[in-house]
Parts: sequence; C-alpha cells; structure tokens
Amino acid sequence: MDLVQQVREGNRVAVARLITQAENEAPEAIAALRELYPDTGRARLIGITGPPGSGKSTLTDKLVKELRKRGKSVGVVAIDPTSPFTGGAILGDRIRMSDLALDKGVFIRSMGTRGSLGGLSKATHDAIKILDASGYEYIIIETVGVGQSEVDIVKTADTTVVVSVPGLGDDIQAIKAGIMEIGDLFVVNKADRDGAERVVNEIRYMLDLNPDKEGWHPPILKTIAAQNQGIIELVDNINEHLDYLQESGEIVNRRKERISSEINDLILKRFSQKVTEQLAREDYLEHQLDKILKKEENPFNVVDQVVDQLLNS
Amino acid sequence: MAEKKIRVLVAKPGLDGHDRGAKVVARSFRDAGFEVIYTGLRQTPDQIVAAAIQEDVDVVAMSLLSGAHGTLMPKVVQLLKEQGAGDKLVIGGGVIPDDDIPALKEAGIAAVYTPGTPTSEPIEFIKANVK
Repeated sequence: MDLVQQVREGNRVAVARLITQAENEAPEAIAALRELYPDTGRARLIGITGPPGSGKSTLTDKLVKELRKRGKSVGVVAIDPTSPFTGGAILGDRIRMSDLALDKGVFIRSMGTRGSLGGLSKATHDAIKILDASGYEYIIIETVGVGQSEVDIVKTADTTVVVSVPGLGDDIQAIKAGIMEIGDLFVVNKADRDGAERVVNEIRYMLDLNPDKEGWHPPILKTIAAQNQGIIELVDNINEHLDYLQESGEIVNRRKERISSEINDLILKRFSQKVTEQLAREDYLEHQLDKILKKEENPFNVVDQVVDQLLNS
Repeated sequence: MAEKKIRVLVAKPGLDGHDRGAKVVARSFRDAGFEVIYTGLRQTPDQIVAAAIQEDVDVVAMSLLSGAHGTLMPKVVQLLKEQGAGDKLVIGGGVIPDDDIPALKEAGIAAVYTPGTPTSEPIEFIKANVK
C-alpha cells in the first residue's frame, strides 16, 4: 500500500515519514501532497503564539486534553528555532506534552524553523496538510514566539491565540505593531502572578484603540495553564470563533488569503532557486565583484544584467 | 532538495531523575547540526517509541543512570521493531558497567557510551551510521 493511502488511513508511521519527506523537499513528497490535496480543508486550525516563556507548550498540552475530553482528535505542530550557526535545534516543546504520547487520537510533531524568519518553518504548511488529510479534526500550531515576526501565524491558522504573561515590559509593548493586531483571542497566562490584571487592561486598551475587527470582538482570557485553570473557557471561546468564521463566511476570505500567500511564497521560492543557480554560473558574480571594487562597474548594473538574463532565458 | 537534517530523540527512560548528562549530549548534538527532540524525565518505553515514531527520528539515544538499562533499553528496541520502526539507530549512555555492554549490543543497541566519552564520539557514530 503506498504512502498516500496509508496517510489517508491514519497510519502514524506513514504520516511521520511523509512529513519528513516534505521537510527535506523530496520530489516524492511534492507528488504525494498533490494527491492528498483534495483530502485537506476539514481540520480546524488553531495558532498559538506569544513570547518565549509565556507557557505556550503547557497551554497547548491542556488544550489538547480538553479537546480530547470532547471527543476530538488533535494534531500538534510545535516549532522551535534552528540555530543559524550550526543548523541544529533543540525541539523541546514535547516535554510539556508527555502524557499525550500514547493517546492514539493525538499526533505531535516538532519542527525546527530551518532558516525561516517568520516564526514558522517552510514545511509547516505541508505538515498541516498531511495531518489534515490523515483525519485530525483540530490542528494546533505552536510557534517559536519571537515577537513581531509572528505575523506568519495569522496566514496559517483559522483562529490565532496570542499569549501574554505578566511582567514582560511596560504598556508600550502591548500597543506595538504586529503581533497585537493579529489576535482573535488574547490569553494572559500565569494569571496568578503580580501584574496580570494590568496586562489584561493594557490589552483591552489596545483593542479599544483599534478599529473594530468586523463582527468579532477578541476576548481577553486569563489562564493558569500549569494548574489547568481557564482552559474550558478558552476552548469554548476558540470554538465560538471558529463557528463565527463559518457562519459569517469569513472563513472563505481567510482561506483564500492563505492559499494566495502560499502560492506567492512558492513561486518566489522557485525564482529564488533560479537566481542562486544563475549567480553561481561560471563564477559570474566573482568577476563582477572585482570590477565593482575597482569602481569599473556598479552593483545596480549587475542586477539589471542578471535580471535581464533570467527573464529572457 | 533541501539539506536533510539528522533527527535524534534524546530520552530518559525509567525512574531516573539525573538529566544533566542527557542535556549536555543534547546540546552537543544541536551544535553538531542535529535536530534534537528531548523527551524529558521518567519516560516509559511505550512513550519513547511513540515519540520516536511521530517525530520520525533517525536515532533514539537513551540516557540511563539508574541501573535499569538491561530491561528498558532492549524493550525500546523490541517495541520499535513491532511498530514498524525497526530501522532507527538506537544508542545508549549513562552508568552502564562494561560487562553489560555485549548483551545490550546483542539486543540491538548499536553503541553504548559510558562516562568520560567525548561528545564527538556519538556524533561521529551517528553521522557514519544514519542512512
């Protein structure tokens, strides 16, 4: 039985293997993803983002457990940073989800960013599709958590949950651009700590400053994930948002944007590969660099020449 | 095609709370360019194998200082084979008497690293033996 059929039937070894192939950009994986595409689009996608140490992994663990209580199967993609120097990574989110390892209704995959700057890995989208096609009803994507560059998650998930914790800077943090503009739900975790109420108020203030998100008013929830507090309410609110997206038709807009963004990125990637190949050809760039240093040539002309060659080839 | 990364599961089986060694090894693997999934403490063989399968690791590296290596390490190898993941490289380390090593190798643990081993050794072994 081939890998694609095994994935459709929920074979976990096959799912894991296909995700690896997709990460390594194996041609078989690209073919498999094409075949599986009609089987995708059923899962509810939840993004969890927030600064390092805010408790995302613990929160994810509790979320999964609550969803399991409600009879839902869950896939988790947990992303951690890859070292730009060594190419290696410690993928440590799984530690917080030990209990779930043996639950057949849960699949947890850890991924390194492998050079992507947006808090997600390139292959994240592929992993999500594979888990979706394999039948997981909810897929939680837990990002690296590096602040402003987290906006990638909003292009990937249906519902984005932004996690904050007390004690991480003043009120200016809450109104900075990027991450605070994108949340569908805001969670203040470790809410038993000093300053929790202040963070809630800062977020509320920031939300009041923003023009209304059409029809949906992001709730601000308090949780103490480590003590399993606030989780039921969080899941209820997530489901409410997902239902709202369906009922209002907003889900169609979001998915169109997601597909459009993905197509854009893939096309750029292919061109980027062509550029690298072109520049490597016969040390073309090497010759130009010497001339440029002697001011016999300038970088802008070189760019024009290369682009012309690429477009005309 | 993107560069293939070597993925290693660093696991602490059984009732052993000493994880400094495992963390040192995990860091050295990261610095060698591997993707390291660290399971945390007190893992059963079933949990280790479940993680190894979902993460599709190339290597399962177990650290044991409690003396239970003779039971737990072969159990992991057996479970991996039963669940269709028998092609993964399994290595071990920790407080393991030299006399116990042949039996472990017999049971399918490809290499055993005892205290004092330079971190470069398991790294080179992995690079040489992962397909």
